[in-house]
Amino acid sequence: MLQILDVDGHVVNEEQLPKLSHEELRAMMRKMVFTRIWDQRAIKLTRQGRLGFYAPVAGQEASMIGSEAATLKEDFLLPSYRDVPQAVWHGWPMYQAFLYSRGHVHGGQMPEGVNVLMPQIIIGAQIVQAAGVALAFKLRRENRVAITYIGDGGTSQGDFYEGINFAGAYQAPAVFIIQNNQFAISVPVHLQTAAETLAQKAAAAGIPSERVDGMDVLAVYSATKRAVERARAGEGPTLIESMTFRFGPHTMSGDDPTRYRSKELEEAWQKRDPLVRFRSYLEGQNLWSQADEEAVIEEAKTAVNEALAKADAQPKMTVPELIDAMFEQLPDDLRAQRAEFVK
Amino acid sequence: MAQMTMIQAITSALDNELARDPSVLLFGEDVGQSGGVFRATDGLQKKYGDQRVFDTPLAESGIAGLATGLALQGFRPIAEIQFFGFVFEAMDEIAGQAARMRFRSGGRYTSPIVYRAPFGGGVKTPEMHADSLEGLLLQTPGLKVVIPSNPYDAKGLLISAIRDNDPVFFLEHMKLYRSMRAEVPEEAYTLPLGKAAVVRPGKDLTVVAYGAMVHTALKAADQWSKQKGVEAEIIDLRTISPIDIETIIESVKKTNRAVVLQEAQRTAGAAAEIVAQINEHALYHLEGPVKRITAPDTVYPYAQIEEEWLPSTERVLTGFEAALAL
Repeated sequence: MLQILDVDGHVVNEEQLPKLSHEELRAMMRKMVFTRIWDQRAIKLTRQGRLGFYAPVAGQEASMIGSEAATLKEDFLLPSYRDVPQAVWHGWPMYQAFLYSRGHVHGGQMPEGVNVLMPQIIIGAQIVQAAGVALAFKLRRENRVAITYIGDGGTSQGDFYEGINFAGAYQAPAVFIIQNNQFAISVPVHLQTAAETLAQKAAAAGIPSERVDGMDVLAVYSATKRAVERARAGEGPTLIESMTFRFGPHTMSGDDPTRYRSKELEEAWQKRDPLVRFRSYLEGQNLWSQADEEAVIEEAKTAVNEALAKADAQPKMTVPELIDAMFEQLPDDLRAQRAEFVK
Repeated sequence: MAQMTMIQAITSALDNELARDPSVLLFGEDVGQSGGVFRATDGLQKKYGDQRVFDTPLAESGIAGLATGLALQGFRPIAEIQFFGFVFEAMDEIAGQAARMRFRSGGRYTSPIVYRAPFGGGVKTPEMHADSLEGLLLQTPGLKVVIPSNPYDAKGLLISAIRDNDPVFFLEHMKLYRSMRAEVPEEAYTLPLGKAAVVRPGKDLTVVAYGAMVHTALKAADQWSKQKGVEAEIIDLRTISPIDIETIIESVKKTNRAVVLQEAQRTAGAAAEIVAQINEHALYHLEGPVKRITAPDTVYPYAQIEEEWLPSTERVLTGFEAALAL
């Protein structure tokens, strides 16, 4: 398993240390702190009924942000329902992510030039679609990559295998990231498969894979960067297993992790908090301070409030609008149904 | 003009569109070098190269997912599902994904995909090859479903389907692939999706049919006319989603009686929807209830009893008689 920083923030693998500028390192820390605060706010806002569907992300910041940071804006991102942070850091406006959470069509209307698909609810569908997106880049000889995410439970789906296998057969520029947070709702990973690692599932597709410490942002960045570069060089897809943990529940829709996770296990993972580790590393380099941290926290709170206000200001949807979004040209029967809703 | 079978007309449509639009891609199991299990794509890979016409691994969900992804990036995929019975493997990518893409993204992303699949009984195929599953697709908002019954329609409708900017499922009846020839232009032409055709005018009974049942209906109607002097008007739906209710109602207003004929089981297919629409739009023009002539509600039968299970000319004629007597 690739690890660059240990839990205390010491470099344990100098050779793999990515060559990042001070500004790039600080930017990653900013995004991680920002995302943690945003997650805390989102959980509260969900409880207040001001957000709808929400899948918590605390604990997975290194895995999410380290991997997205290794891509370029022209790369196409296919997130699963939990991967809202990557999608936002890739260009999805936060207020639209909030609208998506609430169930509003404007949430999914990606601005032109934002290369992100709406979060995928059907676990595995994003994997076969990523193979298609990647093949499109290859056919057009565009120097772009498709990057997609799935959880540990998702690796049991047929579409997971089909997607990595198709991408392998076509040597398409795709990066598949498994965020192994050890549990699929309440089911532990050992009930998903007898395979020792999820990374080894790449062997079935004949593609390379790597297992990485998903609580170590530099390790995730380094592995993803390598995979992205391989893909850009025409060398085909890679599967990355990022070993991580969600500190919170599966979603805010009634899941209680104390029913299936021991306190000891949760505490053990808390000690590997990706923010603590990266903060220690940056502080050791004099690249991060308490003041920096506080500034980001304020920035995040303000951004969340502004995004909420913008989401609140979005006009309500109407049924005729929904009908209009079904086809380029409305069939007669739908036109008749539309008329029933026009006062 | 040339005399073409339906399968030749389909190949011709694919050829025209591959030539016209470089974003059209054709793929599926054995569609490349081999030219398809029914030769529908014969010669196309040689002509357009393996970047345009290519084989896929044997996985229907992967094929349909590939189409969704390629369409997201501006291609116009034509994905072949080798036999329609295998569509269950791909239902999420078709019904759960592509059919919803425009809606989910508020118009930002679209799925200009054509899924082609052979289906239909009467050729003694093994299990899960001949099933009429079009009813599953009718209940999928966002999808159009086309079933041609002859070479001319097949070509014009397929070209329209490929040019449509929304997903279209194009179902090809295996028994019709080579059972007739017709004059078909070599060059491209289109037929509107969602428009039925009156293929036999009549004044006594409206018969709505699609696929191979159009021919069974025509045969029964000709027999009926000769024996009894009664004239059935046959409507070939051509597109079963959306349904061209206008053409049906116009006919019902004239004949005042209707039957719906389908190869699918009674509670599958499109018949119930058509009956419901006639009831909604033309009840006061009816002399009697609209009846369905269908296969029985069993699993698609064993090859040896297929002919007895499928609606035969005799059963259809009995159905006509019953509708007239009501």
